[in-house]
Amino acid sequence: GMRFLLLFSRQGRLRLQKWFTPTPEREKKKIIRDMTTMVLARKPRSCNFLHWRDLKIVYKRYASLYFCLALEDQDNELLALEILHRYVELLDKYFGNVCELDIIFNFEKAYFILDEFLMGGEIQETSKQIVNRSIEASDMLQETMEEYMSKPAF
Amino acid sequence: MGRGPSPLTQRLLLLLLRRAASAAPDKMPAVSKGDGMRGLAVFISDIRNCKSKEAEIKRINKELANIRSKFKGDKALDGYSKKKYVCKLLFIFLLGHDIDFGHMEAVNLLSSNKYTEKQIGYLFISVLVNSNSDLIRLINNGIKNDLTSRNPTFMNLALHCIANVGSREMAEAFAAEIPRILVAGSVIQLLAPLSAADQPIRAVVLVVLHHGQREGVVTAATSLITTLAQKSPDDFKTSVSLAVARLSRIVTSASIDLQDYTYYFVAAPWLSVKLLRLLQCYPPPEDAALRGRLTECLETILNKAQEPPKSKKVQHSNAKNAVLFEAISLIIHHDSEPTLLVRACNQLGQFLQHRETNLRYLALESMCTLASSEFSHEAVKTHIETVINALKTERDVSVRQRAVDLLYAMCDRSNAKQIVAEMLSYLETADYSIREEIVLKVAILAEKYAVDYTWYVDTILNLIRIAGDYVSDEVWYRVIQIVINRDDVQGYAAKTVFEALQAPACHENLVKVGGYILGEFGNLIAGDSRSSPLVQFNLLHSKFHLCSVPTRALLLSAYIKFINLFPEVKATIQEVLRSDSQLRNADVELQQRAVEYLRLSCIASTDILATVLEEMPPFPERESSILAKLKRKKGPGNLPDIDDTRRSVNGNTEHNNNNTETTAKVSSDLLALSPAPSAGASLLVDVFSESSAPAAADVYEDNFARFVCKNNGVLYENQLLQIGLKSEYRQNLGRMYVFYGNKTSTQFLSFTASVGSPDPLNTHILHPVDPTVDGGAQVQQILNIECLSDFTEAPVLNIQFRYGGTLQSIAVKLPIMLNKFFQPTEMMSQDFFQRWKQLGAPQQEVQKIFKAKHPMDTEVTKAKIIGFGAALLDGVDPNPANFVGAGVIHTKSTQVGCLLRLEPNTQAQMYRLTLRTSRDSVSQRLCDLLSEQF
Repeated sequence: GMRFLLLFSRQGRLRLQKWFTPTPEREKKKIIRDMTTMVLARKPRSCNFLHWRDLKIVYKRYASLYFCLALEDQDNELLALEILHRYVELLDKYFGNVCELDIIFNFEKAYFILDEFLMGGEIQETSKQIVNRSIEASDMLQETMEEYMSKPAF
Repeated sequence: MGRGPSPLTQRLLLLLLRRAASAAPDKMPAVSKGDGMRGLAVFISDIRNCKSKEAEIKRINKELANIRSKFKGDKALDGYSKKKYVCKLLFIFLLGHDIDFGHMEAVNLLSSNKYTEKQIGYLFISVLVNSNSDLIRLINNGIKNDLTSRNPTFMNLALHCIANVGSREMAEAFAAEIPRILVAGSVIQLLAPLSAADQPIRAVVLVVLHHGQREGVVTAATSLITTLAQKSPDDFKTSVSLAVARLSRIVTSASIDLQDYTYYFVAAPWLSVKLLRLLQCYPPPEDAALRGRLTECLETILNKAQEPPKSKKVQHSNAKNAVLFEAISLIIHHDSEPTLLVRACNQLGQFLQHRETNLRYLALESMCTLASSEFSHEAVKTHIETVINALKTERDVSVRQRAVDLLYAMCDRSNAKQIVAEMLSYLETADYSIREEIVLKVAILAEKYAVDYTWYVDTILNLIRIAGDYVSDEVWYRVIQIVINRDDVQGYAAKTVFEALQAPACHENLVKVGGYILGEFGNLIAGDSRSSPLVQFNLLHSKFHLCSVPTRALLLSAYIKFINLFPEVKATIQEVLRSDSQLRNADVELQQRAVEYLRLSCIASTDILATVLEEMPPFPERESSILAKLKRKKGPGNLPDIDDTRRSVNGNTEHNNNNTETTAKVSSDLLALSPAPSAGASLLVDVFSESSAPAAADVYEDNFARFVCKNNGVLYENQLLQIGLKSEYRQNLGRMYVFYGNKTSTQFLSFTASVGSPDPLNTHILHPVDPTVDGGAQVQQILNIECLSDFTEAPVLNIQFRYGGTLQSIAVKLPIMLNKFFQPTEMMSQDFFQRWKQLGAPQQEVQKIFKAKHPMDTEVTKAKIIGFGAALLDGVDPNPANFVGAGVIHTKSTQVGCLLRLEPNTQAQMYRLTLRTSRDSVSQRLCDLLSEQF
């Protein structure tokens, strides 16, 4: 299964972190530091895979964002690349031409979409249509804009 | 505690349940993007506009103060505000700041009946709350409420939270609840009526695998079965046939059949890979029809790799090759169909040359496992040139690293020299990050596949020259252990380090190795005036001042050993020890050594000095500490097995990684060089004894001949036990110290060791060994020997003990031979020839002409004759190339004078050995013993 997923910018700013197994806070910080330095130091057109400790790291850059996924020893690297791609497709579909800013300002949405797609380090639904429909369905449950606008901002 | 399913199982269960429970609505709703938490958006913009880190922290502190006052305020906050502030806290946390409040407010959100409030509450908890939080009971309550709410969207949120936190505590809290929901859930009613209520989970997931219509649910079920099958394979055996059936449907389907689950023209790649993964939990199916069907699937997948791509998109080729690589993994795992293995190997061979870097990387990685199969090892080896080329030309270091791994995995006796040479030359330019690992690998291969130990010594010295900084202590300890334990390489090692030390700048590790080896074996090259004792000493001492304290300490010990080996340099060395820079050295260790060694050299008699500074006894042979280090570095899973015995079918090679403390050392180690090899199963130990334990009836005698000219060493070794010897003789008496080392981590029970001697020898065990030998421990036994008359047959050491319930019997020939009772006799040329003539009767002379088995090195030959026990007589033979020796064999009944002459013919690589003694049986025996040594 997958162990964690990190999204970070070219400057090494973390945009999203998802841990699929319970990890102590200090360990998380160390992993994040290791991953950003390691992945950002890679030359362009290198391969997308690395070994790190006993894990396989699969990463890919989409525009200004790096997507970095850690797999256990038995997992399939190529398919992990496509998990990243599918997640980007889902974000793209939801935000319409997704960019880093969408993820910064709507980070909670990025998490919700991820939860519809992956769970506990396993892929949960591989059909794009079904995931999209689930996301739309949960958006339907939100209160309307008007309801919120009538409330104070601070 | 611990009775429910593990957290992982739990999460996978959830995964299935999640899919089963989510009923997607049919009509497309109008999407409203974002729910307009305006305050949050403003805050995020503010943070982004901060010009400096300080400004950002200031803005955040202001916000934290604001939120804290809101949470503490008298006015009860409405759900929306609570949600907004919790969300802001979450954002601050994700920026990398610590959050120490707000948890309670987040937990409160769980009891809201507004979806988005609940959703943010759960998000905060899954990102920020750790499992041992004291809030866990409240959280669990909230989850329980939602699980029983009968509201599917709330249930989903609760299930997600359990999966996201994923802790043992949470898994245990819901261990009973989740399967109940799963079984009671609508999915079962849809699929099939269920009778086996006692095994609900198993029944459910198997039914899903069999009948499941939606690929998403089947994928989740397959994940769950794979996890469960790894724990209790027998319970899920039936899944094999179900998985093969599913796989076959996918592989043969036209991609349109699977509509939504076709990913860039590849049919259900995720499910395919999961099914192939599940099958890797089991051996190949025994049922012939099933096996045939699976083989067909695998062949189809291999065939598809040759078809033209249906799309130019990288997603298409990735998904297709993902399935292909997984199929190859399964083929390697089964390791039973030679045709499939060879096809897999060829396919990977194609990928080795692919323009896509990812595929080259994966092919190298995959081939590593293929190399350990006996069916495909040879096929993998045919790609050696491509892999070496990858090492030289790949631009990406992680690809080059895989190439190193593969070379390591494909290495065997036939290609070891080539591979080691390539790795060494790569090392000259290798990235710093992987140098140490390459050094370890080269050291291991050089040791494992050394037929000729001079090559081994050269390789390690090269390693130190090329990458001295990356040569860890384990590596240079190891070369010393090996040189000490192998007398056939000692002279060469001394010569080689002496030459290497001539370099104007040499690495400190070389000084360490050189100091140690010359201290032990410098005498073997001292005959040559170019490496006379004084030259050796001056060479070592010229490096002294450039070295660190530990190395200097080692050199001091080498100096005192020199005093013993070469009395002629005693005065020079004493002067060095006496100098202020030594005796008053600021470093306590150095000062102490200098003082002690100086005193020792002044007051001790030659005999005492010789005893104290005797050649180091052989090291107990355990697992190579280098290999242990490499395992630590890489993790056992990532280290390809390079054992000679390749994996058998489904070969689970077991590595026993128990580390035990080093046992008491055989004698005090003056150079303070504790090799501390970790015990455990041996991958490399077998360098010293290629055979495993002989059956009880066979008497092991492989190492016997190695003790003819030598009294100390490793006599016997198998996976469990090592026997080391140390012995001394005087006239017709001898004393032998036998060391039994338990190499395992388990006790030996009922341990006994007895000696059966031929009549002419009296052997007496001083005291019996304790019947239990602890794991990793070494026990000693002392044997007194008396030679009554001359003899040929050697005594046999019989050992018996219980290990893990089975009785082990080992019989080893003890290296007590006639020449051990030699006393050297010095004599002049005239005396020698007079006696030689006296012993001229035909039965008194035995002569042998034989081919040289070792390099014809004068110094080594001299050392051997001295080791044999005779005095080496210089200037006796008119031909200076010949060797002449004399001595007396002492037995209780009689003394036998012996003369020997060895005439080398370097051109023909032959020797002629002549023995003359007063007793024909002695002449015969001595000639037999000595002629085997050259």
